[in-house]
Amino acid sequence: MFLINCPYCGEREQSEFKAGGEAHIVRPKQPTELSDDQWAEYLFMRKNIKGIQFERWIHIHGCRKWFNVARDTSNDVIKAVYKMGEKPPTN
Amino acid sequence: MKKKYSIFSLIKNAFSYHENWEKAWKDPEPKKEYDAVIVGGGGHGLATAYYLAKKHNVKNIAVVEKGWIGGGNTGRNTTIIRSNYLWDASAGLYDHALKIWEGLSQELNYNVMFSQRGVMNLAHNLQDVRDLKRRTHANRLNGIDAVYLNTEEVKKFCPIINTSPNIRYPVLGGTLQKRAGTARHDAVAWGYARGADEMGVDIIQNCEVRGIKRNGDSVEGIETTKGFIKTKKIGVVAAGHSSVIANMAGLKLPLESKPLQALVSEPVKPVIDTVVMSNAVHAYISQSDKGELVIGAGTDDYISYSQKGSHDIVEGTLNAILELYPIFSRMRMLRQWGGIVDICPDASPIISKTTIKGLYFNCGWGTGGFKATPGSGDLFAHTIANDEPHKLNAAFSLNRFVSGDLVDEHGAAAVAH
Repeated sequence: MFLINCPYCGEREQSEFKAGGEAHIVRPKQPTELSDDQWAEYLFMRKNIKGIQFERWIHIHGCRKWFNVARDTSNDVIKAVYKMGEKPPTN
Repeated sequence: MKKKYSIFSLIKNAFSYHENWEKAWKDPEPKKEYDAVIVGGGGHGLATAYYLAKKHNVKNIAVVEKGWIGGGNTGRNTTIIRSNYLWDASAGLYDHALKIWEGLSQELNYNVMFSQRGVMNLAHNLQDVRDLKRRTHANRLNGIDAVYLNTEEVKKFCPIINTSPNIRYPVLGGTLQKRAGTARHDAVAWGYARGADEMGVDIIQNCEVRGIKRNGDSVEGIETTKGFIKTKKIGVVAAGHSSVIANMAGLKLPLESKPLQALVSEPVKPVIDTVVMSNAVHAYISQSDKGELVIGAGTDDYISYSQKGSHDIVEGTLNAILELYPIFSRMRMLRQWGGIVDICPDASPIISKTTIKGLYFNCGWGTGGFKATPGSGDLFAHTIANDEPHKLNAAFSLNRFVSGDLVDEHGAAAVAH
């Protein structure tokens, strides 16, 4: 159990949110050009990092808005919260 | 040759207050080189080493484990064993394991307390009824025992279930696999460790893998906290940490690691003599030989390696238990814990070669790997020894995510993931 600081609503319990997995996976610009290997990479392969991961969350029982979180997956400590479209923090 | 465990050795050791039992496995330092190294000393890894030595005559094997053997998901699961999967590929895989379970205690000379007490899966709505009936037919076509029970038969088989038509999700029926059941999870790791050790396998505990050394497209060895170990074949069976190991070799896997929680109650007298799982009212329950109720449900939905989950998941699980078993409303829970499960997009495992020669992965078992332990070890050993999959695990290759040939057991496998 941990708290997430929703950029729109403020700090709420994690159970109000739903995790959306790894962030910054870019949808292929020309899907018809992709090989099977590239499709597999886009659809299925994941970094699944132990450490600081950039990931998406949605405030499903709140404002229902998506945003990004930088979280340490080894201890669930959140390092940063940033909005969709923003670049991940470098530090 | 180890001394055989028997009633006579038990009596003999009783005279010395059980203080002089022979060690079940050695605690060696790693050698410089091995023919094969298994990364991960859980049930699957130890079984892999055991079958590599026993069936494929590989002599020089090490199992490296970062903690102690059986201390990961092997000791954290809810010990349920069944093979009532929908698809042919899964049915073949899990029933292969179940057949080995049936003779495992005798083969290992180690009591794994395999108990074929049956596993019942409940239906709570019309679609559940249709799905479960379809699955019993599919199971029978694959030679797996399965029967469909109506509500009265469910109540007769497990009298403590609340079959009132007035609950939110009434029990409309269920399936029963009588050959299914439970086993003592620690004993599986210990039994395989003892058997593997007897055939000369080095089981090296407190030895964490830090890197995989590659020479072009093949492996040369592993860097560990106990130094470099040279080997041409590495079998990785690291469950929740599979992606971490893959990353050391420059590979990405289609896995997400999430916490799966379980809990046990205070011990009580025998009250439930089978395993009951419910998909819609999501929880499963059985009773250990000590008398504790063993309870589990679904994963937390976020990626985490923290071996703990959120309390709302526990609350949801216990709500489901109380809906179906009001008799447990005053029961106190003793312990709760989490394990990290590696989940594939199709909720089926990977037992496979990789693009790197000599590097093999056995992972992606998600929430249901314990039941497959003996079969998984057997098939992974075959894959490593022959550099080719056995026909039973050919469908579970890493390449299926490129070819699109998924084994989609999500929701079809008698329990939601």
